[in-house]
Amino acid sequence: MLRYTINRVLLAIPTLLGVAILVFFMLRIVPGDIVEVKLRGDGGAVSQETIEMERQRLGLDKPLVIQFKDWMVGVATLELGNSMWTERPVMEEISLRLELSLQVAIMATIFAVLIAIPLGTMAALFRDTWIDYLMRIATIGGISIPAFWFGMLIMSGLLAGFNWLPPITFTPIYVDPIANLTQLIWPALAVGYRYCAVTARMIRSSLLEVLNEDYIRTARAKGVYERLVISRHALRNALLPAITVIGLEFTFLIGGLVVTEQVFNLNGIGMLFVQSVSRNDFTLIQGMVMLIAAFYVFVNLLVDLLYAVFDPRIRYD
Amino acid sequence: MSIVPSTLPAPMSEIRQPGAFEEFCRQQPLGAISFAIICAMMIAGIFCEWVAPYDPLAIDFASLLTAPSWDHWCGTDAFGRDICSRLIYGSRTALVIGFTSSFVGSSVGAVLGIASAYFGGRIDNWIQRVVDVLLAFPIIVLALVVVAAFDKLLLVGIDVNLILAIAIPIVPRVARVVRAAALSVRVMPYVDAARAAGYSHTRIIFRHMAPNVVAPYLIMLTAFVAQAILAEASLSFLGLGVQEPTAAWGLMLSGNAADFYRQAPWMILFPGVAISIAVFAFNLFGDSLRDYLDPRFKV
Amino acid sequence: METRRTVLRHVTGALALGMGGLNLATVQAQAQTPKRGGTLTFAISAETPHYDPHGSDTYATLHFAAPFYSTLLRFNLSKLPEVEGDLAQSWTAAPDLTSYTFKLHPSVKFHDGTPLTSADVKATYERLRNPPQGVVSTRKATFDDIGTIETPDPTTVVFKLKNLNASMLEHFASPWNVVYSVKDLAENPAGPRTKINGTGPFIFVEHVRGSHVSGKKNGSYFKQGLPYLDGWKGVFTLQAAAMLNAVQGGQVLGEFRGISPAERDRLVQAMGDKIRIEESSWTLNLLVCFNVEKKPFDDVRVRRALCMAIDRWGGSQGLSRISTLRAVGGLIRPGSPFATPESELVKLPGFSKDIRKSREEAKKLLADAGVPNLKFTLHNRNLAMPYTPAGIFLVDQWRQVGVEVEHKQFDTAPYLATMNAGNHDVAIDFSNLFMDDSSLGLAKYLSVTRAPENRSRSKDPELDRLYDDHLRERDVEKRKAMIRAFEKRLFEQAYQQPLLWWHRIVATHKVVMGWKMSPSHNLGQDLAEVWLNT
Repeated sequence: MLRYTINRVLLAIPTLLGVAILVFFMLRIVPGDIVEVKLRGDGGAVSQETIEMERQRLGLDKPLVIQFKDWMVGVATLELGNSMWTERPVMEEISLRLELSLQVAIMATIFAVLIAIPLGTMAALFRDTWIDYLMRIATIGGISIPAFWFGMLIMSGLLAGFNWLPPITFTPIYVDPIANLTQLIWPALAVGYRYCAVTARMIRSSLLEVLNEDYIRTARAKGVYERLVISRHALRNALLPAITVIGLEFTFLIGGLVVTEQVFNLNGIGMLFVQSVSRNDFTLIQGMVMLIAAFYVFVNLLVDLLYAVFDPRIRYD
Repeated sequence: MSIVPSTLPAPMSEIRQPGAFEEFCRQQPLGAISFAIICAMMIAGIFCEWVAPYDPLAIDFASLLTAPSWDHWCGTDAFGRDICSRLIYGSRTALVIGFTSSFVGSSVGAVLGIASAYFGGRIDNWIQRVVDVLLAFPIIVLALVVVAAFDKLLLVGIDVNLILAIAIPIVPRVARVVRAAALSVRVMPYVDAARAAGYSHTRIIFRHMAPNVVAPYLIMLTAFVAQAILAEASLSFLGLGVQEPTAAWGLMLSGNAADFYRQAPWMILFPGVAISIAVFAFNLFGDSLRDYLDPRFKV
Repeated sequence: METRRTVLRHVTGALALGMGGLNLATVQAQAQTPKRGGTLTFAISAETPHYDPHGSDTYATLHFAAPFYSTLLRFNLSKLPEVEGDLAQSWTAAPDLTSYTFKLHPSVKFHDGTPLTSADVKATYERLRNPPQGVVSTRKATFDDIGTIETPDPTTVVFKLKNLNASMLEHFASPWNVVYSVKDLAENPAGPRTKINGTGPFIFVEHVRGSHVSGKKNGSYFKQGLPYLDGWKGVFTLQAAAMLNAVQGGQVLGEFRGISPAERDRLVQAMGDKIRIEESSWTLNLLVCFNVEKKPFDDVRVRRALCMAIDRWGGSQGLSRISTLRAVGGLIRPGSPFATPESELVKLPGFSKDIRKSREEAKKLLADAGVPNLKFTLHNRNLAMPYTPAGIFLVDQWRQVGVEVEHKQFDTAPYLATMNAGNHDVAIDFSNLFMDDSSLGLAKYLSVTRAPENRSRSKDPELDRLYDDHLRERDVEKRKAMIRAFEKRLFEQAYQQPLLWWHRIVATHKVVMGWKMSPSHNLGQDLAEVWLNT
């Protein structure tokens, strides 16, 4: 088990390195630099010398490999540098917005899981009946509707129907829970319903797979109550692949957050991403990508370990 | 039918041959319906010049923002362009992007997956690392760079960059699944026997491995067409996708369409519905196809 | 503070209610006295990267920072383009306009308590014209004519110019030239980017990045009785839809940059008489810009043909309904004192009202130049308002003369980069001015060696000469004639040409009083005279 863990942890390093190289060099293929946007974006008439001076000040004139080396050294010491746009530390910019996005993500996941488990289970148990068909239509509908369109409809609906809008600035939940929840429940819904649909489908299919297993047949033959068969044997084993999916689809959640925060005007990570991308703020984009990749790798590691704990066959791979 | 161990898919001879179309329709009525929707989309997309009542690019300042009527079934947008025609031409955009991205992404992913499974060892490790790196990347960064970086090439008014941007995230996901499917064949004794008998790599891959992979490949292909159409919609919404004045459903929802929600709600209603129906049809079809092709559920 | 403009608004309002036969006295009796107190919450559509207006070109910095600072002079928004004093109590100009003497208010204090003296003004202007290492002064070139700055006593500043500059007073009134403390600048020349210490009506409270900025009343503001508000809060709404929702939902009381006609209609429909709409022409325009270093745009016939193919007058009708584009005009904002009158304008290529004839001539010119079936890419910016409608419009217009155009939109960074590198064929460029003065308005069209913002990369010594001459010309009529000559030459050469000028529409809640509308969204943002009628 220990060897397996160490093995998995070591494998994370080349992945993160790959991400770092890819993001750094790919970003610099894009023409255009942030100094131009800052000084000439709204029609300013600065001389070329001024632009060059600013580029020098931000360290943009050094050869690419040197810039990469400097940045990698920083990453290793968790010093992600300064945003090229605001010149404040990248960590500071991110941590300002992290709480909001994290809360939306957690709320979306809770909502998804609470609904997906019973839904998916029912669909599997009543397979090929009208319940199953209804469920399948509902979940496929769930993954078919564009998240941003759904968000637009929610906002328009609130405005047209109730002439009410969620609060526009963020207050943490421990400061003012009502303001916080009334603001964040809508984006959580917009992001969560899709997550819910994916999870429900996953649970349905993995439960169906498990229900065909021999040991289920044995349990039934033994005379175990059906409910116990489902909850103690089937569901537990079915949940494991579902957890994998939740972990792997985490990047999809980030993608969902990006468009949803635009629609609801939330000051979160997704919004920061879009802004930094449109401003060519490389250090910020790099920092965010590394953090997301690290989180993704961490989540996958956790899931792999969980799997190994529950399924000993994996450990001896 | 022999009892199939649950950890391995059945070898080729046990799988129903796809192409038994009537069988499919009988067993999967939902699948048949979704297939009909897809056909309708394709007809609209291929024959849009004949089907669409107006030129989708024709600006008509005299009839801005008019409500749906007999003249304009879905109303007009902020430039007086007929929304119904733009929806029809948009289906061409959606299908081209959807099919091309999905096909390119799934095929590259399948090749990587098979190579990974077949050759194993070092090659497998390297490919796995590449797959991991790609999976860890948020799609939007990938999309921005690919769309902006390479010099633009047009294909029916759509950037090849955009197709690449959507295809690339598909590659690792397909690679993983195909690798698992191919691996299950790899460990079977007859592959080793074939090698021992001196059959070339290519022959073994194409005759033994590939057929086992066809089913998951087809299923993912259709599933990712749906994802690709959604991805295009999101990217256009963020301003990174198809450019004006090309008709595309996601583009019709972006920009200041939301401003008009009160005066012209049809502007955001119809394109959203179109996207949803198209993606829904492809997803349902993929689902039904999988249910039909995967024998484990037939026991 | 009653001004003519506020009174006029009351008059129009009263007339609209159907009360005829009013005279000014009755109206003035109805005019209200400002109420004190309250917090104004409004939307800011972009977030500034730093706090230093000297080094910024975006309104985002001004909407954020203007309430905290003061300038030497400022524009009198009721009597544009006249200027009035801000920090300067009075001023005199030498008869030959080579020196300006300002007398400052005696009891001005910075927010940290330091009294303001002439040394602060001098340090500010030295920074503006000669920024130290690491500091950017975006409008450095406009101060080239300043020779020396003298401070004979703590409340007097004397600027001695090297050359006569007829526009100098307007530059002193520029909203960007906020006055910093010499102490702060000595300590850290780049300090104003991250630290706010001004003499303005409001004191900086907090800035939560991505969310909002807020200020509170400056109790010792040097203008007695001001400000009326207790405080203000600027919320960043980065999407137009979000801003409109916030206005409609009552979370913000307005937005001071400008909205599009469709957005205005939506607010009016939803909020009825709770919303106040003010409209004016805008000091912004979009330009059609040809890259003269690329074939076939080095041929003046091709350029002129493409300009003539555009139906500005007709297009303005439709475009003004769906976008912020509206007025047809030349190089100076139509409606302002130096603008070319319509009778003259229609004689210039591209501005004729007989579009059929223009287009025929355009087709002939293209054929003469050997490119009857021209194909090129239109390079545009990725903003929905009004760049996208402008691009769609142009593609359609050029289709009418048989020219096939591919429309490509880019984010700001690659958009600027491509144009700077000269890699574009034809582009939609923009001109963002804060005042109507021709010294600013014409600068964009000078030879690219002098003006890096000339994206057509043209080099025309004739235009340069006309510009320099007009700068030194004091006689108003002669100046106008020079501007006309400049415009005529530019349009005949057609390196770049204004497409349409924008139209500014500002929506504020009825309770917001005292804010003054103007043709520039960079002016009038210090909020000193704003009060809430609740």
